[in-house]
Amino acid sequence: MIRFDGVTKQYPGGTVAVDDLTFTAPTGKITVLVGPSGCGKTTSLRMINRMIEPTKGTISLDGQDTSRMNEADLRRGIGYVIQHAGLFPHRTVLDNVGTVPRLLGWDKKKIAERSRELLSRVGLAPELADRYPSQLSGGQQQRVGVARALAADPPVMLMDEPFSAVDPVVREQLQDAFLELQGELGKTIVFVTHDIDEAIKLGDQVAVLRVGGILAQISDPAYLLAHPVDDFVADFVGKDRGYRSLQFQPTPRLPLASERTVVVGETVDGIGAPWVLVVDDQHRPLGWVEPSRLSGAVAPEDLHRGGTVARASGSLRGALDAALSSPSRRGVIVDDSGELVGTVRAHQVLELIESADRPDEDLADSFAEAGSDGRREDSS
Amino acid sequence: MTWVNDHWGDIFTLARSHVWLAGIPLVLGLLIALPLGWAARRWSRLYPVLISASGLLYTIPSLALFVLMPIILGTKVLDPVNVVVAMTVYTVALLVRTVADGLSSVPDHVLQAARAMGYRGFRRFFGVELPLAVPVIAAGLRVAAVSNVSIVSVASLIGVAQLGNLLTDGYDRFITAEIVAGIVACVVLALVFDGLILLGQRLLTPWLRVRGAAGARS
Amino acid sequence: MIAAILEWLRSSDTWSGDSGLGARIIEHLWYSLLAVALASLIAIPLGLWVGHTGRARWLVSVANSLRAVPTLGLLFAMALWLGPKIQSDLAFLIPSIIVLVILVIPPILSGVYAGVEAVDPATRDAARGMGMRGLEVVRQVEIPNALPLILSGLRSAFLQVIATATVAAYIGLGGLGRYLIDGIKTGDYVSTAGGAVVVSVLALLVDGLLALVQRAVVSPGLTVDSTRASRTRSRRRGMSAVDAEVASNGEPSRSEPVLPETNRRIPS
Repeated sequence: MIRFDGVTKQYPGGTVAVDDLTFTAPTGKITVLVGPSGCGKTTSLRMINRMIEPTKGTISLDGQDTSRMNEADLRRGIGYVIQHAGLFPHRTVLDNVGTVPRLLGWDKKKIAERSRELLSRVGLAPELADRYPSQLSGGQQQRVGVARALAADPPVMLMDEPFSAVDPVVREQLQDAFLELQGELGKTIVFVTHDIDEAIKLGDQVAVLRVGGILAQISDPAYLLAHPVDDFVADFVGKDRGYRSLQFQPTPRLPLASERTVVVGETVDGIGAPWVLVVDDQHRPLGWVEPSRLSGAVAPEDLHRGGTVARASGSLRGALDAALSSPSRRGVIVDDSGELVGTVRAHQVLELIESADRPDEDLADSFAEAGSDGRREDSS
Repeated sequence: MTWVNDHWGDIFTLARSHVWLAGIPLVLGLLIALPLGWAARRWSRLYPVLISASGLLYTIPSLALFVLMPIILGTKVLDPVNVVVAMTVYTVALLVRTVADGLSSVPDHVLQAARAMGYRGFRRFFGVELPLAVPVIAAGLRVAAVSNVSIVSVASLIGVAQLGNLLTDGYDRFITAEIVAGIVACVVLALVFDGLILLGQRLLTPWLRVRGAAGARS
Repeated sequence: MIAAILEWLRSSDTWSGDSGLGARIIEHLWYSLLAVALASLIAIPLGLWVGHTGRARWLVSVANSLRAVPTLGLLFAMALWLGPKIQSDLAFLIPSIIVLVILVIPPILSGVYAGVEAVDPATRDAARGMGMRGLEVVRQVEIPNALPLILSGLRSAFLQVIATATVAAYIGLGGLGRYLIDGIKTGDYVSTAGGAVVVSVLALLVDGLLALVQRAVVSPGLTVDSTRASRTRSRRRGMSAVDAEVASNGEPSRSEPVLPETNRRIPS
C-alpha cells in the first residue's frame, strides 16, 4: 500500500506542481493518475521513488515513511517504467532486463535465467534476447521496459505513460498484455496517463488531477463515469461516458432468442427470413446473409461481417453494441468458448439497463471503506 | 609594450600576409568543398569515400604537409603557395563533411515542397538547399578559420613570413614581449575571422533571427 | 627527389643508432602517449563531472576558446619562461610536454563532455529510477554511451599531439620533428621530407589503430547507423512495424481472453 499524506511539491520559482495530495494506492491494485498536462501526475509518481523530493507531506510504503529510506535501496525495490522505455542502448535486451538483479548482486546464472523467463512472460520471442534496443520496434522496447521493471520481482511498480509513445494498435495490445500479466502477478501499481480511456480500461481506481496538482476526484472507473464530481471531471471523462459506463455493468441474464443458422456451403433457398446467421462447424458465428439476394450455396464472400459479437458473461456495453451493430438488429451472443448461444435485441438490453440498479451507491461505499480519503466527499 | 610601440609597422605587414595565408585557403576551400559535399550527398556511395579521404588528409601534421608541398607541386621550398595549398587542403578536408551534413540537415519536406513548386537542379541547390544549410556550413567554416590562423603561424618555421615570425624571432632572440605580441595578434585575428563569418551568416539567414526573437518571447 | 627520399628511408644508416629513425619514432610515440595520458587524467574526470552534474559548463567553453591560441606561441613562451628554471636535459622536455598537455585537454574534455551530455535523458532517468547510485550511473550508463565521442576526442588529441610534438623540436624536443627542423636549418631537404613522410605515416597508423580500438570497445548497440536507421524506419513504417511485432509475439491470440467484454468483430 502506498499512502500520500498532504503531499505538496513547490518548485523554487513558486510553481506548485502538486498541492496537498492525499490518497491511498491499495496493495495489489492498479491506481491510475490521470489529468491534463501540468496537473502534476508525473511529479506525484516520481515522488514515490524519490526521483523528486516532496516539499511537504509524507509518502509511505506499507506504513514506512519513504523519506527515511535509503534512496537507491528504495528504488531497487520499486519497478519503474517510463514513456520511451529508457532502455540502455549499449546493452542487449537480456542485459537490460537483468539491470536491477545485477545491482542487487545476484549470481550471473540466476540473472540470465530470470531475464529469459521475464522476456517470455511479457511476450517477447527468445531470439530477441541478444538484440540491442535500437533493433526493436517501439512496442517491443516497451515490453522490455516492463520486463526490466519486473526483474527483481518488486511488489510495487511505477509506470509513467508507458504506452503513450506507440501507435494505437500496439498500445491496445500492450494494455491487454499488461492486464493479463497483472492478473497473474497482482502488483501494487501506480500508473500515469493523460488518456482517460486508458485510465478507465486499466485502473481499479482512477485519480483525476487538475492543473496545479489538485486532486479533483478519486474513485473506481464506473463511479467516475456515473458521478463526475464537477464540470472539470465531467468534461475530462468525455462525452459518451453514459455508454462507456455500461462496460462496468455485468450482463444479467439476457433474454436470448434462438437463432436459425446455416453453415457455409449450405443453401438458403426457401428461407423466408430477411437475415440468416452463418456459423462454422463448431457453431461459432461468422456473419449474416440475406437469403432474398442469394441463390444456391452460401459462400464466404456473401457474409456481412459488420456486427460485433458479445459474450454472455461480458458487460451490458458489449451486448448493446452487438445489437446496435448487427445488420439484422439482433445482437449475437456467444459463450466463453465462442459458441453461439442466441441473439438479443437492443430494446431488451435497454430494458435490462433501466431495471438494473444504478451502479454507484454500493460501489461508492466500498471505496470509502477501502481507505480512499474523504476528499471526494469534501469537494462534492 | 615598448617593443610593440616600436614595431607597429612590422606587426601590420606580417598580419596582412597572415590574413592572406589563412583567408585565401578559407575561400578556396569552401569553393572546392561545396561541390564535393553536394556530390557526397547526391551519391550516397561517394559519402564514405570522401569522408575517409578528407579524414586521412586531416591527419597529416601541418609542418610535414608544408615541407612535402614542394615535392607535390614542384614549387620552391620558400614559396608561400605551399602554405596556401596546404591550408586549402586542410580547409577542404574539414568542410566536405560539414557541407554534406549541412545539406542533409535540410528537412526532407522542404525539398519535396521545392520540387513540387518546380525547383530543379542548380536553382534548387542555390535557391533552397544551400541557404538552409548555411548555419551548419558557417559553423564548420568558423572552426576552419580559427584553426587556419593558428596553423599558418607554423609556416614561419619553413621561412614563410606572417605573424608566426614574431613567435620564432622572439624565441630566437629572447624577446618575450614579441612572443606575447604574436600570440595576441593571432588570437585577435582569429576572433576577427570568427566575427566576420558570424556576421555573414546573420546576413544570409535573416529568418533565423526572427525565429530566435519569437523563441525568446515565448 | 622522390628517389632520394626513398633511398634515405631505405638506408640502414638512417634507422640505426640512438638518434636514428627507429629511436626517433619511439621517442615521438612516447611524448605523444605521455601528453595524452596526462591530459586524460585531467580532462576525462573533469568532462565526466561537468557532463554528469551539468555544472561549470563554462569550463568547456573556456577550454575550447584556448584553441585560438597559436600552439607555436604557447611552446615558445613556455620554453622561455620555464626553460631557464630547469637544470638538466629536462629543460627541453618539460615545457614541451606541458604545452602538449594544455593543447590536448580541450579536445578530450569536449569529447567526454559532449558524449555524456548526449546520453538520452530517458536512459539516465531510467538508470536512476532503477536505483543506480551516482557513480554507478556514470560507470554503467554514461561512460559506455559516451564512448564513441570520448574516443573521437582522444583520436583528435593524438593527431594534434603528434603534429605539435613535431613543431616542438624547434625548442629542443626529440622525436621525428628533429629531421624536419634540423633539415630545414641545414638545408638538407631529403631528410626533412623523409621525416615528414614518416611522421605523416605515423599519424595515419595511430589514427587507424584507434579507429580499430573504437570499433572493438564501443557497444554494437550504439553504432549510429543502426540506431538511426531503425528509429526512422519504425517511425516511418508505422503499421508495418506493428505487423513485425505481431508476427514475432504471436500477439492476436493472446489479446483475446484478457478482456472478455471487448467486442470482437465477427471473425473473418
